[in-house]
Amino acid sequence: MTKKGFTVRKKFEQIKNKGRRAFIPYIMAGDPDLEETAKRLKILEQAGADIIELGVPFTDPLADGPTIQRAAERALNSGTTLRKILNFLADFKDKINVPIVLMTYLNPVFCYGIERFFKDAQKANIGGIIFPDLTVEESQPYRYFAKKYGVDIIFLVAPTSTPERVKKIIKASTGFVYYVSITGITGSSLKLDKTFENHIDFVKSFGKPVCIGFGVSNPEEAGCVSKYADGVIVGSAIVKVFYETPDKAFEFIKSLREAI
Amino acid sequence: MGSKRGYFGEYGGRFVPETLMPALEELERAFLKAKNDRNFIADFESLLKDYVGRPTPLYFAKRFTEYLGGAKIYLKREDLAHTGAHKINNALGQALLAKKLMKKERIIAETGAGQHGVATATGAALTGLKCDIYMGTEDIRRQALNVFRMNLLGARVLPVDTGSKTLKDAINEALRDWTTNVRTTHYVLGTVFGPHPYPMLVRFFQSIIGREARQQIFKKEGRLPSLLIACVGGGSNSIGLFSGFLKDREVKMIGVEAGGKGIESGLHAARFAGGAKGIFQGCLSYVLENEDGNILQTHSVSAGLDYASVGPEHAYLKETGRVQYTYATDDEALQAFELLSKFEGIIPALESAHAIAEAIKIAPKMSKDSIIIINLSGRGDKDVQEVARIKAEDSSIRSE
Repeated sequence: MTKKGFTVRKKFEQIKNKGRRAFIPYIMAGDPDLEETAKRLKILEQAGADIIELGVPFTDPLADGPTIQRAAERALNSGTTLRKILNFLADFKDKINVPIVLMTYLNPVFCYGIERFFKDAQKANIGGIIFPDLTVEESQPYRYFAKKYGVDIIFLVAPTSTPERVKKIIKASTGFVYYVSITGITGSSLKLDKTFENHIDFVKSFGKPVCIGFGVSNPEEAGCVSKYADGVIVGSAIVKVFYETPDKAFEFIKSLREAI
Repeated sequence: MGSKRGYFGEYGGRFVPETLMPALEELERAFLKAKNDRNFIADFESLLKDYVGRPTPLYFAKRFTEYLGGAKIYLKREDLAHTGAHKINNALGQALLAKKLMKKERIIAETGAGQHGVATATGAALTGLKCDIYMGTEDIRRQALNVFRMNLLGARVLPVDTGSKTLKDAINEALRDWTTNVRTTHYVLGTVFGPHPYPMLVRFFQSIIGREARQQIFKKEGRLPSLLIACVGGGSNSIGLFSGFLKDREVKMIGVEAGGKGIESGLHAARFAGGAKGIFQGCLSYVLENEDGNILQTHSVSAGLDYASVGPEHAYLKETGRVQYTYATDDEALQAFELLSKFEGIIPALESAHAIAEAIKIAPKMSKDSIIIINLSGRGDKDVQEVARIKAEDSSIRSE
């Protein structure tokens, strides 16, 4: 019997055993409200998501581009808060079989209380946490409680990260390592650039699963990026399709899944 | 100071996306090098003297002192520095750092009212760097004249149309730009805020204010002042002045935040009176936030104080009790603005008028042989139009 919790790392073991790559779509919780989030989570599951990344809206999302920032504004306008998201997931956890990774800026968690947050995350069966504004250097209390409450904690590595930083980040990450793009580099430019390929290979060389979020906007790019990684994260393109043409969302997401 | 790097007690730190970390590490290395680089310091000091016009005078405000009838009041005249405020000390220092030690081609900055934008554009013109300034569309509308000044100085002003369309959103955009262009670009943050090393870097360049004031008061009075007063937005002018006297235990210090329309109204930027601990735009400090950790809108008649958080060293100085923090409302600042203009022929910036307002409250209660130094951080030319508009509005309300 394996230890309770840590569903993200367990999921990656399964995926690896099957020789597949993970498809990790992102949506913003509460965009435009939590009832709609419940429906979208089911759509993502049916379209073949291996893990779902769920964003927590924040007034000042400095690591995100305009598409996700506007989604956060819509979610905040409907009164979505971290507390409501945790309650929502505690109710919803039996209705979904895909591990959920919460992506939240630090301040909502800091104000909620770090230990209380991880405790409630465990109750809501949340598999992992990503903090886009948490550096390894500041991460000690967060890692401590993540471990205590059986939640994986995923750190970001960037194309600009030095080898020393890459090592520290990989050591701290559990579940997987999130290889994040910098603006101006998308899935399509990735295949042209040898420097990034080498950097990604270096990050992978430590043996932990590495997933890439590189502004993937279509199945072709998803397919291209997936060659370099253990999984592909797609954010803005999915947020956009749900907002602009919700009728086409399922087909689009399925086509991303199939390309990976 | 805290034992952990980049911390003041429990405040400060480095809470940023990983994409920015290499840039912050590079900046920290350059800063440590600059501090011990005689050539760099000599270049900086020579520019402060011949270009900025330092030392700025420490002026005894005789008529204002007589009017208040208590402590002797001295004004540290940062309003007389080139471009009209203390902001130039830091902008010039960082432009020099970007050009000489980091070999960058371009600098970027955020600006609210436009003062830091103008100072940075000036630093860019002087050093021959390309310059882009991020500014909220709401602020662009309110500060058209400063937008024109920045353009004259060769900078591009890039409008920011997200969030509240003001200073904090301009900082978010500047950070995003820096992430993308970090190899060629340095980000000139305008105050003692953000991720390490900015609070220490900006303090270093602004500490000239306190060093000068300390020497000047000894020369004029032969003793230390009883009290220092400065306004606190992000907190760079106040840290600049206070830093020269922190070891002099007998010197009291007051930092004045923007009370806006009053704390009860919710329309203010008094982080210590109405905020709580939080992590925002790179550091742990006091933040105006709701219980869910989202950042609140702020209000002040003075754009330079209209910000949701405050430098981490101030949070530390408040906690240790070394500095007292209070606030002045919009109305009190406007009265102080007019009073200093009438009694001394000096039109203060609305930011600095908050410090004057505190002196108006406290000086009459002090003995005549006590001494107050107020940091007059900027001149009020930029505010004249806005004050005229407010006065016209008030009188039309009264006549209705």
